[in-house]
Amino acid sequence: MAGTVATTPIHWSTAAAEARRRRRHAADRRLQLYGLTAISIAIGLLAILVTSLVMTGHSAFIQTMVTLDFPVSTEHVSADDPAEGNYRAVIADALRAQFPDVESPREARQLSKIITNNAQFMVRDVVVADPETIGGTLTLSVPVSDPFDQLNKGYIDPDLPEEQRRVSDQEVGWFNTLDRRGLISAPLNWGLLFNADSRFPELAGLSGAIVGSFYSLLVCFLISFPAGVAAAVYLEEFAPRGRASDILEVNINNLAAVPSIVFGLLGLAVFLNFFGLPRSAPLVGGMVLSLMTLPTIIIVTRAALKAVPPSIREAALGIGASRQQMIVHHVLPLAVPGILTGTIIGLAQALGETAPLLLIGMNAFVTSPPGGLLDASTALPTQIFMWADSPERGFVSRTSAGILVLLAFLILMNLVAIVLRRRFERTW
Amino acid sequence: MNEAAGPRGAEALADGRAHGEQAGAARTAMIQVRDACAYYGEKQALFDVSIDIDARSVTAFIGPSGCGKSTFLRCLNRMNDTIEGARVTGSFLLAGRDIYEPSLDVVELRARVGMVFQKPNPFPKSIFENVAYGPRIHGLAHSKADLEKIVIGSLTKAGLLKEVQDRLGEPGTGLSGGQQQRLCIARAIAVSPEVILMDEPCSALDPIATARIEELIDELRENYTIVIVTHSMQQAARVSQRTAFFHLGILVEEGETAQIFTNPGDERTQDYITGRFG
Repeated sequence: MAGTVATTPIHWSTAAAEARRRRRHAADRRLQLYGLTAISIAIGLLAILVTSLVMTGHSAFIQTMVTLDFPVSTEHVSADDPAEGNYRAVIADALRAQFPDVESPREARQLSKIITNNAQFMVRDVVVADPETIGGTLTLSVPVSDPFDQLNKGYIDPDLPEEQRRVSDQEVGWFNTLDRRGLISAPLNWGLLFNADSRFPELAGLSGAIVGSFYSLLVCFLISFPAGVAAAVYLEEFAPRGRASDILEVNINNLAAVPSIVFGLLGLAVFLNFFGLPRSAPLVGGMVLSLMTLPTIIIVTRAALKAVPPSIREAALGIGASRQQMIVHHVLPLAVPGILTGTIIGLAQALGETAPLLLIGMNAFVTSPPGGLLDASTALPTQIFMWADSPERGFVSRTSAGILVLLAFLILMNLVAIVLRRRFERTW
Repeated sequence: MNEAAGPRGAEALADGRAHGEQAGAARTAMIQVRDACAYYGEKQALFDVSIDIDARSVTAFIGPSGCGKSTFLRCLNRMNDTIEGARVTGSFLLAGRDIYEPSLDVVELRARVGMVFQKPNPFPKSIFENVAYGPRIHGLAHSKADLEKIVIGSLTKAGLLKEVQDRLGEPGTGLSGGQQQRLCIARAIAVSPEVILMDEPCSALDPIATARIEELIDELRENYTIVIVTHSMQQAARVSQRTAFFHLGILVEEGETAQIFTNPGDERTQDYITGRFG
């Protein structure tokens, strides 16, 4: 039988064979090269993004402050009712003490513009908290107003002709005098994280947006996680396969791809106009975001359930477990890492979503963090959007800084996803 | 094909019965199956299978791949219910009761008819939890001590206790393949089943682990009705009292193991056991 097949000996060392091998190795290397190029492009683009954000945003993490002695005289502030004192006069006194030669009311008014408009309230808050200071002198660091912050950071060139810059020669002179006296400092700008929004860039912070985003994501999670997991479990474990489930699957996938602004319109029409829920509220924001997150969670949960080996299901059913017991005791625990990772990635997407929140009014100007789910609030992306729209020079760097903060939260969430996956991953 | 298969299956059955009677053994059938047909969607996988499976003995199903022996095995504890599009007809009596009747709870059935699978599939939990799971969900243990007794007893019966008694808290997936399979057997017997179905339990194991499982099957025979699907004819010859040969979804022949292997009644059985096909 073997004789009927003519076997020609194979020559592995001919030139043609060698050329063939060389071509194969070259193809190998080319494939690797394509991959490396692609990764380099991706990393390069990311680097450009982060670098440009840091370049414009880094200055917002520092705030120019001026430390002044505020004479809290009993003439302006009475010990009986410290909250009702004339703090504007206290501020004026403090500045006049630095520049005794400024006399005309017009000059005095300009002088008072060096420090932030809200300095009077800052002094008031300290005095109200500590009435002992009444009659004495209060030393306090207050932010300088935005033009002087820009001047200190070098964004305003004092060598330009006077009419081309926002600060006059006289103002530059005052500021330099304060600087020479060692009263100007530039510490880390904690206000960026802990202040709420403000019309004045030197005071504007993200706390309202962070709290608003937190509440929105909380609502989003509370709605979309249970609903998404339950829907996925039903579709994957119980629903009969057929045309109905196919149509359902296609629609869920479509839902995940619907532009988010459509969900915003839906939220506006249904949640606000029909149900009459309050505008700008994190509750509604979370509900709208959950419309987007829900299909993502359903899809990842189904994938995670599918990845559980059938042998585990058979083992559970074979011992007489009901389907509910099989799912709750065996399948879901093994699917948890996948479900959690997908959920967090879905929430991270929701954290960055802007359009639907704009439509339900979460771009409101709110100067205090929301106290609850129904208070008017902004969210991080809408806050960034609003700052990007503001004309003041100080908001340019704050916009970039806001984006950096948002990115930091996204990285944090993805890290949590990785940690959770590691923690819950089990081998079998 | 259906009509052609029916009578032949019945003949084979009659043959087997005759042999059993000749041997003089008093047979008590634990499972009685009549005219079983199974379908996966449009495709028919079993054709009018009728067989009696003896209590407290080992019955081996042999046959080439795709002959329906695993399908038939999975009909016996309704594991085929879990497969989309699978359909079973015919009558299946377990100790006289129809297991496909609507009032029968499949959860109870699977506790009474345990199963060991081809690939060892312990839960990714501790050894103790693996065995304790069945008694726990069926409420067989009334106290912690009770549960421990069941677990220890099952591990002893499965011949695994000595190897694992100081590491019951460690994951069952950390054991060797043979140990994992014995753990799965312990898990199955922890709920005191009447029947244990084994679907090629040794195909993923090395010869030494296989020998241990075969010994174990021999010991378990005293208390349980065992049905084993195997690709190894030597294994069937070693462990079983009765053997059924399946081919193309038909039960070709069923009888005492010794008779099937030495003096088969059907030419196809003869061809298969002498290695001419399959």
